[in-house]
Amino acid sequence: MAEKKTMMQEFTKGFLKENPVLRLVLGTCPTLAISTSVIGAIGMGISATAVLIGSNVVISALRKVIPAKVRIPAYIIVIAAFVTIVQMLVKAFAPAVDEMLGIYLPLIVVNCIILGRAEAFAGKNPVLASTVDGIGMGIGFTAAIVLMSIIREFFGAGSLAGIAIFPASIPPVAILILPPGGFFVYGLMMAFANKLAEKKGLKKATLEGCDACPMAQACALRGEDKAESEVTA
Amino acid sequence: MAKAFMIILFTGILTENFVLRQFLGICPFLGVSKKRNTAMGMSAAVIFVMVLATAVTFPINKYLLEKNGLEYLQTIVFILVIAALVQLVEIVLKKYVKPLYNALGIYLPLITTNCAVLGVVFLNLEKLAGGDPNFLAYPFSGSLVNSLGAGLGFMLAMFLFAGVRERMENCEVPKFLQGLPITLIAASLTSVSFFGFDGLVEGLFK
Repeated sequence: MAEKKTMMQEFTKGFLKENPVLRLVLGTCPTLAISTSVIGAIGMGISATAVLIGSNVVISALRKVIPAKVRIPAYIIVIAAFVTIVQMLVKAFAPAVDEMLGIYLPLIVVNCIILGRAEAFAGKNPVLASTVDGIGMGIGFTAAIVLMSIIREFFGAGSLAGIAIFPASIPPVAILILPPGGFFVYGLMMAFANKLAEKKGLKKATLEGCDACPMAQACALRGEDKAESEVTA
Repeated sequence: MAKAFMIILFTGILTENFVLRQFLGICPFLGVSKKRNTAMGMSAAVIFVMVLATAVTFPINKYLLEKNGLEYLQTIVFILVIAALVQLVEIVLKKYVKPLYNALGIYLPLITTNCAVLGVVFLNLEKLAGGDPNFLAYPFSGSLVNSLGAGLGFMLAMFLFAGVRERMENCEVPKFLQGLPITLIAASLTSVSFFGFDGLVEGLFK
């Protein structure tokens, strides 16, 4: 980090300015898959946040011990350990949520928000800042996925958190809780987030460059893309 | 036997398409689908690693973890095995199969943390646990075929979507949808088209 940020800025940046889902375009798979019901989305948000905070703390505490060359495998082990803990807790205390999340619960391991934060922040910053960063990013992720699930469940199933809102005589727009609806609602939310960002003078969210991807450093595609864009430019 | 495999394969490619129906591997789907060549190379590497990962993790799970009651270690063991496997494949290809390395090598590191590969491993276990009759009859080979189908489905989605995006380059898009939003909406429409395959596999093979 070139400029010094206050703790408060580290905390709030995940809400909108660097919202992992809407601005950095990370963690798209669980966002699209789990946002069909509000309860599932809350469960996913809390689980991922718990893993994110835990892995951020441990990784930033170990940042001077982990050799740079093997940092990615080391990060993955730390993250996988926390995911296993969360998996056991969810299975024990919220079996209904466990059923809703299905394979997406163990797949938090490969959620790029968590590896992305480890690589971009926790591996370079002190423990306290990393904890705050983890909490802020976790809240940003949870807010985005819950907001999306509210839209999809309200219009797609006519209910909120499993409680029916519309009477059965009004048929819901079922396609919104089906896979195409996920892409569609995500696209519209992205458009609104872009609009808000534009008002604040920030750039639009893109996936064109590989900057957001945590594997960018290890990946040769990045170089290829750059070379190609230089040729075309 | 052939029938069971065909059902598993085509269910994986069409009705349970990995990207458009199950939301796995969305990052490469949105990020790498801009050029058809890159999309194809990436997909070929994904198919390769998916089948290999299934072949390696299945016996580990059955004879090591389940036998000793260590199922709770699945997540850690699988991700480590896949990461190590991808590294190993990269080294072996680089040394002995140069043409294949040149074609797939650059995509391999990306794939380690791709949720599609870990996803297919868990999906196979879930199908087995769920008592899918085709899987119960052929646990190991069925899982391999499912991984192949999932990989081919990934490739199909990438190929179709790369085509859609190439056409979109020259279109006039409303300003507030430019960039990623219109890409997502295009993905939504591509996903709708896959509803057309519903019931196809049952109709063909039953």
